[in-house]
Amino acid sequence: MSQYMNRLLVCALTVAVLPASLVSAQDIAVRGETVYTVSGPPITDGVVIVRDGLITAVGPAAEIEVPDGFTVLSAKVVTPGLVDAHATVGLTGLYNKDHDQEQLDISEPIQPELRAVDAYNPRERLVSWVASFGVTTVHTGHGPGELISGQTMVVKTTGGTVADALLDDATMLAATLGDDANTSGSGKSPGTRSRSVAMLRQALIDGQAYRSKLAAATDDEDKDGPARDLRLEALARCLDGELALLVTAHRHHDIVAALRIADEFGLRLVLDGAAEAYTLIDEIKAAGVPVIVHPAMQRQTGPDEERANISFENAALLSASGIPIAQQSGFESYVPKVRVALLEAAIAGAYGLPFADNLRSITLGAAEIIGVADRVGSLQPGKDGDLALYDGDPFEYTTHCVGTVINGRVISEVVR
Amino acid sequence: MVVLALAALLIACAAPPVDGTAEAPQAFVNMHLITVAGAEIPQGVLIVDDGLIVAAGSSDEIDVPDGAEIIDLAGKVVMPGLVDSHSHIGEPWAADSSAPIQPEVRNYDSINVRSSTIQRAQAGGITSANLMGGSGHLMSGQTTYIKLRDGDTIDELVYRRADGQPLGGLKMANGTNSQGAPPFPGTRGKSAALVRSAFVSAQDYAAKIERAGDDASKLPDRDLGLEALAEVLAGERVVHHHTHRHDDIMTVLRLREEFGFRLVLHHVSEAYKVADEIAAAGVACSLILIDSPGGKIEAVDMRWETGAALEQAGATLAYHTDDWVTDSRLFRRSAALAHRAGLSRAGAMRSLTLSGAEMLDIAHRVGSLVAGKDADFIVLSGDPLSVYTLVEQTYVDGELVYDIERPEDRLAAYGGVGASYGGAAFHHACLGEVSR
Repeated sequence: MSQYMNRLLVCALTVAVLPASLVSAQDIAVRGETVYTVSGPPITDGVVIVRDGLITAVGPAAEIEVPDGFTVLSAKVVTPGLVDAHATVGLTGLYNKDHDQEQLDISEPIQPELRAVDAYNPRERLVSWVASFGVTTVHTGHGPGELISGQTMVVKTTGGTVADALLDDATMLAATLGDDANTSGSGKSPGTRSRSVAMLRQALIDGQAYRSKLAAATDDEDKDGPARDLRLEALARCLDGELALLVTAHRHHDIVAALRIADEFGLRLVLDGAAEAYTLIDEIKAAGVPVIVHPAMQRQTGPDEERANISFENAALLSASGIPIAQQSGFESYVPKVRVALLEAAIAGAYGLPFADNLRSITLGAAEIIGVADRVGSLQPGKDGDLALYDGDPFEYTTHCVGTVINGRVISEVVR
Repeated sequence: MVVLALAALLIACAAPPVDGTAEAPQAFVNMHLITVAGAEIPQGVLIVDDGLIVAAGSSDEIDVPDGAEIIDLAGKVVMPGLVDSHSHIGEPWAADSSAPIQPEVRNYDSINVRSSTIQRAQAGGITSANLMGGSGHLMSGQTTYIKLRDGDTIDELVYRRADGQPLGGLKMANGTNSQGAPPFPGTRGKSAALVRSAFVSAQDYAAKIERAGDDASKLPDRDLGLEALAEVLAGERVVHHHTHRHDDIMTVLRLREEFGFRLVLHHVSEAYKVADEIAAAGVACSLILIDSPGGKIEAVDMRWETGAALEQAGATLAYHTDDWVTDSRLFRRSAALAHRAGLSRAGAMRSLTLSGAEMLDIAHRVGSLVAGKDADFIVLSGDPLSVYTLVEQTYVDGELVYDIERPEDRLAAYGGVGASYGGAAFHHACLGEVSR
């Protein structure tokens, strides 16, 4: 075995995941030849001060004093910790066997009551794998494959328990339209697109009725509320806008159907995947809906299948039109068992997405769409001390991620 | 009138073009030239005539012939057409689910050269490829080596042996992919026993033919499967062996030692664990690079550093796409990420070109840019190992088969409405659980 590999192995061993609660947040200063704050212009020879896990100062090294006793890390390029806008990592595991694939239950087509917190494995090796590329925040949970497969949440890529990792315990309901929702083994799933939409509308109407009963009981003390129903409760939260509806749809008519449903029910819609979104730019823009674009390297399918018309340019075309976008690792049934949002974004960059827009789509832009921009996504005082360190352009094939910091704590030093 | 017009057209087509350019040698000049045969050349010249390379080297050393068409490629990079030693473009189905050992099946009889997957590979700069069946069998059949010309039938693309037969190897697999319910093996031991029995039968078959000599009456009944295996034993057909785990790799080396076949190991997720053994055996490795470990039990220990480990051990290595597993348009990416993980730059270039050609017995024709070889080369917008670099042109036998400026080629390169055609994409090439 080479010395190079021995070094990597040693590094890997020293980066074993420790529960955050056992290690206090650190005071740390991170210096970069270029610091991309994302919220403002890049800073040449910049420094980021993190105290008690939070950013307290960001600016040129010449203007900001590093307090005594602070550990100083240095790298050529420093960015905010990356935010993967949609994944299933932690619910999907390395082995790809039933026992480590928790992202989809196929017993019923509509199960919004399934919570991501009850299925997430924070010690999954694939979680630390993505962390080693600088990914510090992941919107993960139930995946595509059923009409409504369950809830999603937002976690940091560290922590020994889900509670340690959690940023937001319930973020969106994961829905799927198109052929991918028509294939379940339960026998209860829809067989056509029209049936899919009819079932979804009925579920939302049931949710509306439940919400009305709840409201009536709240208004009138003499009235009993409806019997508590976890499924309808989750749908009601979605109708209230508390949970966004994340619709994975690739074909243009499925995207239009998602816009139609969101309009009918006043939902907070987030489009996911959206391989043919570049053919509907005006419609998506008019609806004011953000798009979490499919991984750039998601595979093209045969001409009669969902992603026949997928394009490397999708993210670039949507972004150029002003539609808010984010990028993601998505769900993969085979290999790579977890995609790395950074590596996917790199390809979007090669096919036309400008550097600044690209970086934003895996940091602040992603944080905004998943509702955690008050905590992460940019290097600004008051935000969490989450940073990624690189020895060059983060998107370049030959650049390494040389360190990942979460809440002021170095959680990965692997050179990758 | 119509007849006359047609006749005129025929004559026009047969006559040399008025400007004579198609007949003249072409001189590609002013580019950064990576021949793979030697050091990179900052100011290169490539002379092409009649589909062959006449000269490749530095502008100091090579004279542009009189009358040559000069193509100025200032700011561009030229390197050999890429060789993909393991791909599933063109739907190269082979064995069916009837048995685990089917060496008689040729995917030459299956390939759809009108699939958009072929154009996608051209857009990635791939000019030669080994089209493989799946890995759900111990022996899934004969593979086909193709050159990615624009052609209407497989016969226009296929490499051929001296005897006129299609050139190709034999796809084999071990580990979990090729296991299953009977008649498929249920264990590794059973897998090896079935393979050994097949080769023993082939040895017997070859011996009978040898003993028969010129006496046709003593020849055994012709058996297509044994015939293919006899070719393997005679070294005329290379075994391309899917294998991941270190112990499965060692099993393949053991079988090779016993039966003496020529071998390329494919995927080899754990090759870094037995790199010295592989190098000592003198066996080449055709590697895949996946963005994360896992996805199947045998790949949980996959590492990006495998290429570097094999290089340091002294083994020959190439990368492959396993398209559809990785995208042919991004083939360079695999070697670039391996370079990121320690593989030398020269090793990365070779792993995309000459090493793959050697594994397919086509290195005398392609894989490096030297005088006398086929004019298979690509024009890149920048460094081959940069994510921002695009393949702009792909030449096969001196013909421009892909040009990013042509709308239909841009569609292949970028994707978009109508980019997928000609047949279903190959979904489950090496996905053990569903490959049958």
